[in-house]
Amino acid sequence: MNVFLMHRDHDFDLDKVHPSNESELIQDLQLDTLFNAMARDDMFLLDIAKHAVLVGLTDIDSILYRQSILQDCLKNDSIIQTMYNIAVESIANEKKNRDIFREHPDARLHRSIEVMQMFVGMMKKLRSIADEHVHQFLSQGFARFFTMLGKELTDDYFSRIENHLNELKFHNGMLISVQLGVGNQGSNHILLKHPPKKHNWMDQIFMNKRPVYVLSISDRDESGISALTDLKDKGINLVANALAQAVDHILSFFITLRTELAFYVGCLNLYEQLMIKGEPTCFPVPYALNERRESSLGLYDICLALSMEQRVVGNDVFADNMDFVIITGANQGGKSTFLRSIGSSQLMMQSGLFVPATSFSANICNALFTHFQRKEDIVMNSGKLDEELNRMSDIADHITSNCMILFNESFAATNEREGSEIAGQISRALVEKQIKVFFVTHFYEFARGFYDEKMKNTMYLRAQRQMDGERTFKLIEGEPLQTSYGDDLYRKIFNSN
Amino acid sequence: MIFSSILFPNGSVGSPRESFESPACFLDLNLDQVIDAITIGKQEYNLKSFFFNSLRDIDVIQYRHGVMQDLENPTLMECIKTFAQNMHTMREHLAMAQKLHNKYQKERWFLDTVALYCEYVQGLAQGLAISHCTSHGFLAFREYVDAYEKSDQFVKLLAETKNVQAILDQVHYCLEIKGNTIRVRKYDSEVDYAKDVNDTFAKFRQDHGKNYSVQFSLSSEMNHVEEEILALVVRLYPDTFLILDHYCLQYRDYLDEVLRVFDREVQFYVAYLDYIAMFKRKGLNFCYPQISDQNKEVYVDEGFDVALAKKLMNENESIVCNDFSLRDQERILVISGPNQGGKTTFARMFGQLHYLASLGCPVPGKKARLFLFDQLFTHFEKEENVKEYHGRLEDDLIRIHGILLQATPNSIIIMNEIFTSTTLQDAILLSKKIMDKIIQLDLLCICVTFIDELVLLSQSIVSMISTIVFENPDLRTFKVVRRPANGRSYAMSIAEKYRLTYGSLKERIQR
Repeated sequence: MNVFLMHRDHDFDLDKVHPSNESELIQDLQLDTLFNAMARDDMFLLDIAKHAVLVGLTDIDSILYRQSILQDCLKNDSIIQTMYNIAVESIANEKKNRDIFREHPDARLHRSIEVMQMFVGMMKKLRSIADEHVHQFLSQGFARFFTMLGKELTDDYFSRIENHLNELKFHNGMLISVQLGVGNQGSNHILLKHPPKKHNWMDQIFMNKRPVYVLSISDRDESGISALTDLKDKGINLVANALAQAVDHILSFFITLRTELAFYVGCLNLYEQLMIKGEPTCFPVPYALNERRESSLGLYDICLALSMEQRVVGNDVFADNMDFVIITGANQGGKSTFLRSIGSSQLMMQSGLFVPATSFSANICNALFTHFQRKEDIVMNSGKLDEELNRMSDIADHITSNCMILFNESFAATNEREGSEIAGQISRALVEKQIKVFFVTHFYEFARGFYDEKMKNTMYLRAQRQMDGERTFKLIEGEPLQTSYGDDLYRKIFNSN
Repeated sequence: MIFSSILFPNGSVGSPRESFESPACFLDLNLDQVIDAITIGKQEYNLKSFFFNSLRDIDVIQYRHGVMQDLENPTLMECIKTFAQNMHTMREHLAMAQKLHNKYQKERWFLDTVALYCEYVQGLAQGLAISHCTSHGFLAFREYVDAYEKSDQFVKLLAETKNVQAILDQVHYCLEIKGNTIRVRKYDSEVDYAKDVNDTFAKFRQDHGKNYSVQFSLSSEMNHVEEEILALVVRLYPDTFLILDHYCLQYRDYLDEVLRVFDREVQFYVAYLDYIAMFKRKGLNFCYPQISDQNKEVYVDEGFDVALAKKLMNENESIVCNDFSLRDQERILVISGPNQGGKTTFARMFGQLHYLASLGCPVPGKKARLFLFDQLFTHFEKEENVKEYHGRLEDDLIRIHGILLQATPNSIIIMNEIFTSTTLQDAILLSKKIMDKIIQLDLLCICVTFIDELVLLSQSIVSMISTIVFENPDLRTFKVVRRPANGRSYAMSIAEKYRLTYGSLKERIQR
């Protein structure tokens, strides 16, 4: 009984380690906004959303598998919610029953019988959903899941379980086989099925010839009664174990179901919020690791969109076949926002999510890295450069080919010449190592140096500025210009006062 | 070859007076700590007395060297350790059999204990067969075990034991419990219920799952219901239990005495080798010293104080090794030099080396030649009486007098800072007098002292001094080297420590 709604052939593994740069990614791309939108204050949904987005998929098939399941979910959102609630409720009911510490096989058996009865009820509900709605689901994932429920959870099967649960109440007494163990004490106690009643009179007579000795324990013999209880515990030990394990296994089925559906519930939450704002979404087209694709229409930063009242500006990007994209231009021209939209959309695509754009295609990357100048370290200071290079060194410890890295005003803690030299040497090495690099910088010397080399795999974007100095927050392709229009900003701020 | 003991070759006599108390030198040489550390965790063998009795006979020392060297072979060591662990288990089982009161329970524990014993003996024989032995001790022991395992007596014990176990294993009964009534009868191939439950839920199974089955304690006494059931089972299988009764009577004295003694004695070697293994892992050396009871030329290369080394290792500090060598007529090492430089440690090392060598053990060092003494005397300052000057000087003299009365040319004396409680003049005078006596005795001696003058008393005296790093006196080398005594000024060293010498100060100011 496998759920397999997150992967075609295995469970969603929550133990998989998050990338070492998890906290940088969250901080630099402001991903908490995205996670919160998916979670809607539910801690469990938050964990799952985080895990799914941060531990992404790295092959096209796996991404498409989730995309098609998510498409089913978008069409059948209330059914998904119902199934999710069944899983949540099953787990909660089981937990309620577990609070008391029960060590004795007898108590454990009782508890397992109760929980199993509850599980049977829940499984019946799931079965009926499968029966009723299977035709509404088109994805391979759901088709397999519903078919499995119908095939495995038959009425016959349910009645077989219920028979067991009845039998294990021992209305006909208990039959235990015993052998001699250490010190001739009874050992290897095994609960036996009562043999069918013998109707043949020959058998009856034969049976009666075998010696049987009887031992009766008086009700007043307290230690005797407790010894008898021990004996019964030994007898049902294995069967109690077997049933407790069965409870665990069914519980783990519900836990997996809850975990895997939680991702899609999170997606539905996110989708609903974007719909209300009227922001477009689309399913991205993933390309192979070794290709270089980055094309989109109306790509916006999802976290910015979620945190603003009004709609946000989208960018069109045509950077297919580019290894290196250098973004220069006006301050507050939307460069950082653009960089974040590239990063978060990449993560969303690789988790199987839709992306914030009207169309989007990109190659998959092995891992995403960010190197953003932190607000607090704008002041020039050798200690800051030290910190920045130290962070870069951490990245270098982990980055591999076919990864992607986003630099935002990196190495600016020194003067332009030195900063350009460091940035240039680092980017060149990364690009030559088949790493896809996006670099937002105001270092003219750095950008210009590459521009003059006229390399085919490098592209230059510039924050757009209209003749009146007004910013559009759009990026256009164009050669790096010498000034960042800082005085524009200065004027705007001082004039408005 | 006849085998009797792994500690003493056949025909040799043990220590002339077997002592169960630690020798007087133990405290001063910190050998009490060493032997405690060696024997810790092995209290059941009562090994300490083996370490309290130094040997007089070179043949016994050679015998032990051979055994110890064989045991450095991991295959043999593994075999012996397994046997030791096994015998320990066997003793625990036997103790259990004695403790219980129910007849059939006792008898079964006894039977199973003997079964273990048989298995262990076979394991030992097999282990010895594949181990490479060259020592007289192990060759004889291997022969002994091999013969014992093949003996009619053992073969019969094994066969009988297995047979009785097999008969008991055939006992298989059913309990039908309804209300307070238990019906006991023989088992009649009914079906296991747990398997049925497992089959039903197999489709949900992901892994083996958590084990919820309870481990019931087995070693406890039976309760009266269990006993009554067992009594009924005995009635179901009367012949089986009769056989068990007979068995227990017949094999009451199953344990071989030679093996029992071996099991204890071999731990002397195991404990020692385990102990020195931790030093070896840190790159420190142990060696089998050449031993003589005639020639007083002794030396060690890279020796060390084992008690201190263990302490330093625990604190993760490095250990300094030292050498000594006495040639021709040289007999006495006079050690002077700065305090805290390792003088006392050096004296202890000399004593420890000789004592450990006299047990037939490998000693700390890369290479050594040592003297087999008849007595080892130590005279270390006793700190508790610091104020009673007069009383203490008197006490010192009484003790030294006692030592000199007993000492022979074959003794070793280790003196550490004698006569510190009196005036320098007194100390020089008394020390010289004592040293004269020692020189006359021609015995091996170590004398740690602040009195440089002693060095010049005789050709048989060798001067060694503790050293420090000149630039940084706080950095102790703990090296004690053969060098004439010198009353060097420490003022300059201290200046260097603070980098206030001409050169250092200039360098610092330039930067």
